[in-house]
Amino acid sequence: MNKPEKLPQRVRIEADGTVSIAVGKVELGQGISTALAQIAAEELGVDLSKIRVLPASTAYSPDEGVTSGSLSIQDGGKALRAACAELRGRAEKPASEYRIVGTNAPRLDLPGKFAGRASYVHDMVLPGMLHARILRPPRPFAKLVSIPDHPGLVRDGSFAGVLAEREEDAIEAAKKLRARAVWSDGPATPRDIYAWLKDHVAESKVQKENADPAAKARGVKRVQAEYHKPFICHASIGPSCALAWMKGDTLEVWSHTQGIFNLRKDIAIVLRMPEDKVIVHHGEGAGCYGHNGADDVALDAALLAGFSRGLPVRLQWTREDEFAWEPYGPAMAVALEASLDNEGRIVSWRHDLWSNGHTHRPGRAGQPVLIAAAEIAQPFERGPAVDPPLPAGGAQRNAVPGYEFPDHKVTFHYVREAPVHGSSLRSLGAFGNVFAIESFMDELANGDPVAFRLKHLKDPRGRAVVEEAVRLSNWSSFVKSEGRGHGIAYARYKNVGAYCAVVAEVEASGAELRVTRLVAAVDVGLAVNPDGVANQIEGGCVQATSWTLKEEWKPGTVSWEEYPILRFSDAPPVEVHIVKNRQPSLGAGECTMGPTVAAIANALHDALGVRVRTLPLTADNITKAINA
Amino acid sequence: MKFILNGQPTEVKAGENTPLLYVLRNDLGLVGSRFGCGSGQCGACFVMVDGKPMASCDLPLSFLENKTVTTVEGLNGTVQKALLAEQAAQCGYCMSGIIISATALLARNASPSEKEIREALDKNLCRCGSHNRVVRAVMRASREQA
Repeated sequence: MNKPEKLPQRVRIEADGTVSIAVGKVELGQGISTALAQIAAEELGVDLSKIRVLPASTAYSPDEGVTSGSLSIQDGGKALRAACAELRGRAEKPASEYRIVGTNAPRLDLPGKFAGRASYVHDMVLPGMLHARILRPPRPFAKLVSIPDHPGLVRDGSFAGVLAEREEDAIEAAKKLRARAVWSDGPATPRDIYAWLKDHVAESKVQKENADPAAKARGVKRVQAEYHKPFICHASIGPSCALAWMKGDTLEVWSHTQGIFNLRKDIAIVLRMPEDKVIVHHGEGAGCYGHNGADDVALDAALLAGFSRGLPVRLQWTREDEFAWEPYGPAMAVALEASLDNEGRIVSWRHDLWSNGHTHRPGRAGQPVLIAAAEIAQPFERGPAVDPPLPAGGAQRNAVPGYEFPDHKVTFHYVREAPVHGSSLRSLGAFGNVFAIESFMDELANGDPVAFRLKHLKDPRGRAVVEEAVRLSNWSSFVKSEGRGHGIAYARYKNVGAYCAVVAEVEASGAELRVTRLVAAVDVGLAVNPDGVANQIEGGCVQATSWTLKEEWKPGTVSWEEYPILRFSDAPPVEVHIVKNRQPSLGAGECTMGPTVAAIANALHDALGVRVRTLPLTADNITKAINA
Repeated sequence: MKFILNGQPTEVKAGENTPLLYVLRNDLGLVGSRFGCGSGQCGACFVMVDGKPMASCDLPLSFLENKTVTTVEGLNGTVQKALLAEQAAQCGYCMSGIIISATALLARNASPSEKEIREALDKNLCRCGSHNRVVRAVMRASREQA
């Protein structure tokens, strides 16, 4: 390992003329490596092809925390730009002189991936490596009562796995052992999660309040509604995977974690090792849309490596493991109340939100949070999921409305006890909060949702994306017919990030809903790679459509049959407009999620005249709303 | 077990019930076929067997005796080139299987409609939401191979 004083060296010119850059932000499939390489090439005045982005490692990378919250360009890009400018011994380039930043540089990683070359942690091979599978109970918090002996079986308390030289042997052994293991009963999952959340509030915290009794008194009409967002899976196509190798007193781990330093901290606690004896290297995983099983599988692999007599271990979670054990995006209930004056203007607003915490990431507290920490013979009590304060927030992300409401109060009812394992899913609470706020805005609008929003929206950049989405979608010339409708929604992500407005067009036949078109207008400040931004926006819109139409995790979900996602034939076309400006860059990965769900729900109302306040917008939930 | 793999006669020693995916990845070093579900539901591990896309994760080796297998590593690149031109991926994990399905489609239907392309890819799950770019890329590949 490098000496601490040499860390972190972000930029190094190599003998062959290439430039190595060490960044703390990691590739999650979002194209960040390419965008960061563009920034480095720009500041250094070298060709993009000369830049090598090193895979992040606790051995040499700067600690830039977790790659999350759409901050890699905002924060990671800024630090890199400064380091490059410092190396050249000159001030940072003004944006007006950019010739690489702001262009559609093709992704550096795609040729290898399309050729089928080793690209992911899953593809790594270490000498003499053993293959592993993990054995977990059918429901959370159950204890392992008994398990028959089997070659390769290793066990530490209720933590059990199986090791084999050949992968298919590990799979077969795990199958056999799963069928014969006996587990204690774990607690049952609540039947009505929304009622359960409201019954289990640990603490109610006012997030923002502005008391304006005079304005409130002008209210002549009071409206209330409650919205529900279920547990949603990350459901990455590649289940989580990790490799671990115990070499004497040092442990090396290869992981597709979002935070190598944070993961190292939890592994060191659970294995009771000094942190500097644990090295975590980042390798790419399949698409990461937040905190999936990556960290949990890494601790599993690290524990198994303690049983493998110095041989490296590769642990692949199964599809069933991922569906059963990934930390889901938590369920939320949101109750809204508004008063309108006699001109139809909102004078008072209440937002009450019930949820578990939306961040259950490792390395943030002295207590470990990963699954296996509580399963080993000398277990740790796992810390609860928590939420960072606003403006980023967790559950309360985007709970503060971006509109001008004179009297308002936003309260988060935090539920500490978690019936199932939950953590960060792309956009965190913003998906549920924006769904609620923007559905409610339509309910209050009384006819013209665009004018109603603009009447309450002051921020010129916000108004611009709304107007752009309206223009591009030909909003005013939309032809309504039986079962067809359109809807709009808007939010500024985290209230301080990217601006996004989405128009959705839908067709309903009976209670079956189909999204036929999405138009998204975004302002992300300076787009380092405009096509990369467009790709994120298109992908975000399609993924949010899938969450909206189809997705709800329920106990017993083990395969794609129980958890269908949007397929090629259902994916709506997405038109993207990126506002061009040179404002500071804002992350693009998450800003579409909230506006997309609300635009679809509003379009559904336009099509069928029914307001569906419980996600997903399946035939079942639509029928319930019709009959309510 | 003997079969033709990417044009080469290949012999492997593994149990006849071993799914092809693990033989490709672990014995033959061809990691382009990815593990996704182990039950043929997602398409990430698709290979062509005698020209037809099939899931390799639950395809026993015994099925392949004297058959022809093509993996993503063995393809000529028409679809790959079009995918690059359209920058049609985010994480790329599902792409090998999509390349297999799209190549098989173009072999049996040189100029498919957009609807036919979508239907041909419905067995391949993509979570990043790259669907529309992929469809554009397959249309481009169809034009360019004409």
